[in-house]
Amino acid sequence: MSTLTVLYECQGILPVLILSVTGVVILLLDAFSPLGRKGQLGAVAVTGTVCALGTLAMTPSGAEFFSGMVVWDRFSVFLSAVLMAGALLVFLVSFDSLRRSGMECGEYYALVLFATAGMILMVQAAHFIMLFLGLEIFSIAIYILVGMPRHEKRANEAALKYVLLGGFASGFLLYGLTFIYGATGSLSMSIMAAHLGKAEKVFNSYLLFGSALVVAGFAFKLALVPFHLWTPDVYEGAPTPITAYMAVGVKAAVLGALVRTFWVALPTVHPHWSAFFWALAAVTMTVGNLMALAQDSVKRMLAFSSIAHAGYLLVAVVADSKEGLTALLVYLLAYTVMNVGAFGVMVAVQNRQESGERLEDFRGLAGRSPFLAVLMALFLFSLAGIPPTAGFVGKFMVFSAAVQSGYTWLVILAVINSVIAAYYYLRVVIVVYRPAEGASAEGPADGASRLSAGERGALVGAGALTAIVGIWPHVFWDLARQAVHVLF
Amino acid sequence: MESLSFPLLSFLVFLPLVGVLVLLFVDRENEAVQRWTALTVMGFGFVLALFVYGGFDPENVGFQFEEQYAWIPGLGISYHLGVDGISLLLVMLTAFLGPICVLACWTDIRSRLKEFLVCLLLLQTGMLGVFVSLDLVLFYVFWEVMLIPMALLILIWGHPARRVYAAVKFFLYTMAGSVFMLVGILVLYFYQARTTGTLSFDLTNIAEVPLPFSLQLWLFLAFGVAFAIKVPMFPFHTWLPDAHTEAPTVGSVVLAAVLLKMGTYGFLRFNLPLFPEASVFFMPVMIALALVGIIYGAFMCLVQKDLKRLIAFSSVSHLGFVILGIFSFTVQGVQGGVLQMINHGLSTGALFLLVGMLYERRHTRMIADFGGLSTPVPALTTFFMIATLASIGLPGLNGFVGEFLILLGTFHVKPVWAVLGATGVILAAWYMLWMVQRVFYGRVVHEENRGLLDLAPREIGLLVPVVVMMVWIGVAPTTFLEKSEPAVAHTLRRVQESVQTAQGRNAPWAMACAAWDHLTGK
Repeated sequence: MSTLTVLYECQGILPVLILSVTGVVILLLDAFSPLGRKGQLGAVAVTGTVCALGTLAMTPSGAEFFSGMVVWDRFSVFLSAVLMAGALLVFLVSFDSLRRSGMECGEYYALVLFATAGMILMVQAAHFIMLFLGLEIFSIAIYILVGMPRHEKRANEAALKYVLLGGFASGFLLYGLTFIYGATGSLSMSIMAAHLGKAEKVFNSYLLFGSALVVAGFAFKLALVPFHLWTPDVYEGAPTPITAYMAVGVKAAVLGALVRTFWVALPTVHPHWSAFFWALAAVTMTVGNLMALAQDSVKRMLAFSSIAHAGYLLVAVVADSKEGLTALLVYLLAYTVMNVGAFGVMVAVQNRQESGERLEDFRGLAGRSPFLAVLMALFLFSLAGIPPTAGFVGKFMVFSAAVQSGYTWLVILAVINSVIAAYYYLRVVIVVYRPAEGASAEGPADGASRLSAGERGALVGAGALTAIVGIWPHVFWDLARQAVHVLF
Repeated sequence: MESLSFPLLSFLVFLPLVGVLVLLFVDRENEAVQRWTALTVMGFGFVLALFVYGGFDPENVGFQFEEQYAWIPGLGISYHLGVDGISLLLVMLTAFLGPICVLACWTDIRSRLKEFLVCLLLLQTGMLGVFVSLDLVLFYVFWEVMLIPMALLILIWGHPARRVYAAVKFFLYTMAGSVFMLVGILVLYFYQARTTGTLSFDLTNIAEVPLPFSLQLWLFLAFGVAFAIKVPMFPFHTWLPDAHTEAPTVGSVVLAAVLLKMGTYGFLRFNLPLFPEASVFFMPVMIALALVGIIYGAFMCLVQKDLKRLIAFSSVSHLGFVILGIFSFTVQGVQGGVLQMINHGLSTGALFLLVGMLYERRHTRMIADFGGLSTPVPALTTFFMIATLASIGLPGLNGFVGEFLILLGTFHVKPVWAVLGATGVILAAWYMLWMVQRVFYGRVVHEENRGLLDLAPREIGLLVPVVVMMVWIGVAPTTFLEKSEPAVAHTLRRVQESVQTAQGRNAPWAMACAAWDHLTGK
């Protein structure tokens, strides 16, 4: 392959390249920048991400690059945009919290950039080796990020748990791939699809066993019940911005890969799994919501609620139609902005008080900072699916796709679940709007309650997107629709 | 269909939002400007509503002032507004009460006035939106939107003791009902899409499609549970006394006067025309629940010690009348039901306002804490008496016309229902007059009551319009009835047809069979 060809092929992974190069540059700059001024590295990270986001404005060719390893189509563009928007919001929220906890270092930004690059590679993978590489790149980066507060017991526990169980999951995935390889003779998605044909359901025990292991691997990363047991501890132990990033980024990347696996590579195998996905979705929503009800820590509650949202996302997968996948993409976008928003408010609260995880820490937030309180209410109502917010649009589209495919009972279960969910979200809103008790009642004039520009920008951005997706969903619906077209 | 170039309904619905935007820029300390802003916006909204009322053509049975724009074209969701004779009266009621609510909270709200007014204005947008939307998704959006400000009103400005409990109960009850409606909307949409091939959530399109009986049964239940909770009908009513008791005065007024009407309006707008056969099928159940609500609500009133709780239970009883009228499927009954919605809004609204005024003076709502109030506060007593008489249906005031029409309509169908319903009128006279006697007449028992101040000019000013409307409807109800009659007759057309055809089908096993067929996919 000549240099020119390589350069030509690079257009297919332009965002990944920009993100990785920015990450490397940050690591280099880190060596030369004095302690206490590491915050500037964050600005570099933001610039890099914005540049990478800018490249998405080009219309993708839909062609495969690097001899069929990656594909650059509208589907990957949509998910890459969601992933990078998530990363951008996380950067903006992180600045203050890093400074406060003394974790300010170049590695943090570099690792988030690498993780984003890995996630993007995963959603644009056209070959299972690429998919696995992407998965490992972002997983390893996130293992480290989770354990970043080295002196905190919780973070250490979380990191260890995540590494060990994540290793198992990767093993499952890889093991499953070997079976699929054995059954089809290739790991390239297009060759696999050609080999299996599109005509009818294929019944091949190797293929079934292989795909079962792959599903297990994905289910672990998505935190679907019963593969979710690591989630609450890891989400709770990780630094809050990273929790936000894990909750949204990993889900988007893995669901993108899952869609490619079962719609592009193995379209004739996934009908076998629809009943299984149905059950997974039902159990995941219900268990996630019921567990969230019992939590006193808002962070843990959001961790369980993210499990429940994985269940709703899976309802879109169950619907198994163009509409379902469109809904999946819109829901992922909505989920990213509202969830990062909610975690972002939590980070802002943590920066202002000793702790901001327990329900009690949010008491009287409306008095201390009406701005944060309104946004928190917006994000929580959106997570609960109350119109006119992004969360409602996402749920509406997912449910409508599922009803269209005839899964009315699953939708009834899902709406019952959203009522349960409304209760625990509402509980936080109530606490936010109750007056603080006794000594902790500070006036709004308190200087510490001022927000930094980064936090303000991230929260306003997330809030605006939550409202815009809720009020003018058709723009995003059209984009998602076009993105899904390339898969069918 | 006519279409006006000036989007009057959109202005009416979103005008309060403009008020919210203005309020956001008003200084927190400057409470006078906040109050006047809200009052101006609400007053202007009422003027706009008067234009709608004036331009409304009662001969035209279709929707008027229609506006339609694509919202999410890919899914067939449109922004479609319009009023007919039924929604017109409810829009008028909502717009009429808007300025009165702002006046009522003039001195009542002592903390966070700005946020209070923002909630009130948002609520106004949500309520008006519910009554004028003709697209199912838009309707659902408005339906859910007004949940949040109402819950916040109870939560933040409610009575400290149990406001959290009441707000959460209100929120969860309503949401639990409405999510089933969402599933119903989706099922209806896809059935429509399959049979006609066009994607549309538009009510006017969906109403064209005849639905199979088995599907109607399920959809009636899905929509019905949302509306029954909102009304609230008998087994679903338990959120209402709590919400009413804990809410601030204005919250109770809005809740009683407008929010509850959304349930009865929903039955009339969606269940009857869309699922006519199922409506006929469920008629006995609905009538029975309505009667239970009327009588049970009335008996509950007799034992209440708290004024607000008493009026709340009287709402259960009165709304039972509305349901009774609607499910009589006669034009008189439904006309009575529609008028009774307005009447209940006026009289119960006035009662809550007056109780609020008493509470502001005395900081208690317990009947036992009052007694002999007619001596210190004669004006308040007079207004209270008028509202009470309107509420119990004294001829010459509005309540009589509504109840009479409902009972007349019901009597045509089954006399025994009318007889049972009429007991509610007698019980109402008992509990209301007894309450008035204990609160206002007799001797002043508590010394604190002796020095109470009578109504201020502002309070008289906000009560007089309500009383004028009560008398107007009582003396000349035709002014309003003629606006809604063609629409009511039009709405009932399909139900009455299926009353004719469905005579032999009303057996319980038929329901079970049909439901089972639907479940098993036959």
